[in-house]
Amino acid sequence: MSAETISIAVTGAGGAGVMTAGQMLLDAGAKAGWYGLMTRSSGPQIRGGEAAAFLRMSPGPVNCGDDKLHILFAFDWMNVERFAAELFLNSDTLVLCDSDAGEVPNVISSSGARVVALPLKKTVKEVEGGRINMIGLGVLGKLVGLPDEAVDAVISSALKKKGQEAIDFSKAGYKAGFDLAANVECDAALSACSTDGVERWGISGNEAAGLGGLKGGVRFVAAYPITPATEVLEWLAPNLEKVGGTLVQAEDELASIVQIIGGSFGGTPSMTATSGPGLALMMEAMGLAVASETPIVVVNVQRGGPSTGIPTKSEQSDLNIALHGLHGDAPHIVTAPNSIPDCLFTTQWSVFLAERLQTAAIVLSDQALGQSRVVCDKPADLAFIAKRDVVEANVENYERYSVTASGVSPMAIPGTPGGEYVADGLEHAPNARPSSAAEDHIEQLDKRDRKLTQFDYGNHWADIEGEGEMAVITWGSTTAPVREAIERAEAKGMKIRMISMRLLMPMQTEKFAEALKGVTKALVIEQTHSKQFFHYLKAYYDLPAEVKLFNRPGPLPMRPGEILEQIESWS
Amino acid sequence: MTSETAVVAPKARDYKSDYKPVWCPGCGDFSVLSSVTKAFAEIGTPKENCAVISGIGCSSRIPAYTSVYGFHGVHGRALPLATGLKVSRPELNVVATGGDGDGFSIGGNHFMHACRRNVDMVYVVMDNEVYGMTKGQASPTTAPDWDKSKLTPHGTGINPFQPLAIALAAGANFIARGFSGDPNGTAKLIADAMKHPGFSLVQILSPCVTFRPEQKDWKGMVRPAEIEATSDIGRAARRLMTDDGFNTGILYKGSRNVYRPALEESETVAEVEATFAL
Ligand SMILES: Cc1ncc(C[n+]2csc(CCOP(=O)(O)OP(=O)(O)O)c2C)c(N)n1
Ligand code: SF4
Repeated sequence: MSAETISIAVTGAGGAGVMTAGQMLLDAGAKAGWYGLMTRSSGPQIRGGEAAAFLRMSPGPVNCGDDKLHILFAFDWMNVERFAAELFLNSDTLVLCDSDAGEVPNVISSSGARVVALPLKKTVKEVEGGRINMIGLGVLGKLVGLPDEAVDAVISSALKKKGQEAIDFSKAGYKAGFDLAANVECDAALSACSTDGVERWGISGNEAAGLGGLKGGVRFVAAYPITPATEVLEWLAPNLEKVGGTLVQAEDELASIVQIIGGSFGGTPSMTATSGPGLALMMEAMGLAVASETPIVVVNVQRGGPSTGIPTKSEQSDLNIALHGLHGDAPHIVTAPNSIPDCLFTTQWSVFLAERLQTAAIVLSDQALGQSRVVCDKPADLAFIAKRDVVEANVENYERYSVTASGVSPMAIPGTPGGEYVADGLEHAPNARPSSAAEDHIEQLDKRDRKLTQFDYGNHWADIEGEGEMAVITWGSTTAPVREAIERAEAKGMKIRMISMRLLMPMQTEKFAEALKGVTKALVIEQTHSKQFFHYLKAYYDLPAEVKLFNRPGPLPMRPGEILEQIESWS
Repeated sequence: MTSETAVVAPKARDYKSDYKPVWCPGCGDFSVLSSVTKAFAEIGTPKENCAVISGIGCSSRIPAYTSVYGFHGVHGRALPLATGLKVSRPELNVVATGGDGDGFSIGGNHFMHACRRNVDMVYVVMDNEVYGMTKGQASPTTAPDWDKSKLTPHGTGINPFQPLAIALAAGANFIARGFSGDPNGTAKLIADAMKHPGFSLVQILSPCVTFRPEQKDWKGMVRPAEIEATSDIGRAARRLMTDDGFNTGILYKGSRNVYRPALEESETVAEVEATFAL
């Protein structure tokens, strides 16, 4: 039998090569035409310690974890209970382990899962240069039905640097594992597939956000590392350099945010990435970008909060600070990608918007998007390239903050004769001179508000899918399980509309009302404890008479099955 | 050569705006403004290629009184702003400015790291040993027994910050001290700082006549340093740690490595993104 989608967890001690095995399985699957998603989980140790790779593979695109696990492959039992809540074991799960690993832990056996012990360690010793992860990969390759050519290609390219001997050892290990699985019963094989000639990409959300910045025109980045945003910056460092830009490692986030304001003032589209604690530090300067009308983009990869919180796990709880953390009346842009590939689109779009509207944009990604890796179709090229409204040299009577109908005033870039002005966080008159006059304040407040509210964001403000009297409203990474829950509901004959909001500020109240036409009840899904998104919706939009909320804080991700239950129990 | 094509040497007044400063009459910052504009004129950078960047404070109001590009940002962060600008636009003549509170207290961390990073720019600090803008509180350079602030009625009791010694230890490439009462000498120091590669700190003793009226006496206390500028870090450290804060002139001139990314394109974005293809 072949499955539509299969979920596999590989766990083991640090150094066992769990992540490498997971990555190779994903890549080999991709070569054979399967889409896939890999998330990782590890213990609190900086290095070593136990690790888990969670994979989901499918003939169609996948963007979130499933709520059942087909195969758990435990290279050993080291602290496996740490991952128990994320494993979704049931009586259909096949648990593979080593015959010498000792007693099956209670968290595993109590699930009723079928446990099959294989002589893994013994086989490692029998194969020259054998490693447990390659044996494991062989077992999984056989069970899933990976074509040999795909595996060969992935092993060869992954180990190219280590030389032919390492490649041969790994192939031999794979073969030994493949043979070990000959008699294991498993109905999780994937149906045959092909890429149909469409280019597939392997990319993480954080890399996609970095690429989105680059494609949008960002050429200056200031960085201060923080989990789970660091990979955005680490990807940008070498790649910015290739395209003629640069990244500066700043002394802290107070500096990184202001450095990008400086870069942008100089005419270079500029960006940084951070997470909750860093975003909190950046707030004063975000106001400076708004008041001085200097475009900047901050990719905030959310993690569990408050304070240091849960750095390695996802949550949607920076919504409030992103919307309301700036002091004063400070209209700005808040966007949110709703899938891993969408991290590219949304970041690139945000660069475009910040530049076009000369303001600060916060892109609210999260750990679940940022640190997961997906196999997807190559994203389409977008027309969103930074294009700032700038003045030519020697324009007569130039005023930097001139009051225009659109609210956007042409900006003078240093180096332009006749455009000299002083950008200011002090309230100012149109000619940029500081002013505390009531009429200047109101005029500039109006202008900064107008340029955002009057702009036409097209239909990118939300993904609206399906028809039905019930709508599920969500944003960010909870969109993927919502989509899948709705697919399952539709397969059962239900009709449901999905609204996933990509533009959270400025609020698109009219478009939202339009999207709710014919909807009589709305289910709101979010990953916070204090219902931040729900309160936001109630404050700014007209909701149907019947509204229900399903929320949960991190670290446990939302799953399609539990959302489906909410939908079904309310129909 | 005809007279039409002759280039007229820029004058200091070309770099001044017609905007009237908010400063108290007699404030030292008036002559610092003159010194900065004279230095621009001496270097001759076209004014569209000059930028004056500041934080918040009386002294930080200086950009608007020049006619060049400028940024009056947030308190304490003139240096990161100037860093972002200079690194991405290396051809500009970038001068960061501000007060001792702005630069050494709220901006203290940026100060150390700007010295260490050694980006090619000038940092002019108008040191009046007080927070002028917020009406007279002790700053990091205030003497411990100064008890005229309501906030520290018994004095701070804390030893003052040594900006020049710290700049040297942190990695600044040029360290000088000037006095606002000598605008020409100070202009020369700033121009020398502009010419010297890397991060150049110019501390200017600039009296706050309103909250530190006793600083009017500085006029009789400052003196040109007797020893020439040194490039020897050990000697510079000794002189900076032992002087009484009133020696003026260039005190250290180094040849430390300057931070200057190349900004050269070697690949297209399409080539970069091709690495994601499986
Ligand atoms: C974040 C923040 N905190 C406090 C202030 C208030 N503030 C404005 S200027 C200033 C001190 C300025 O002192 P200094 O830099 O020495 O400049 P001076 O006014 O003496 O020239 C303070 C504390 C502020 N603007 N921003
Ligand atoms: S308060 Fe002091 S520093 Fe501020 S303008 Fe007046 S004299 Fe100058």
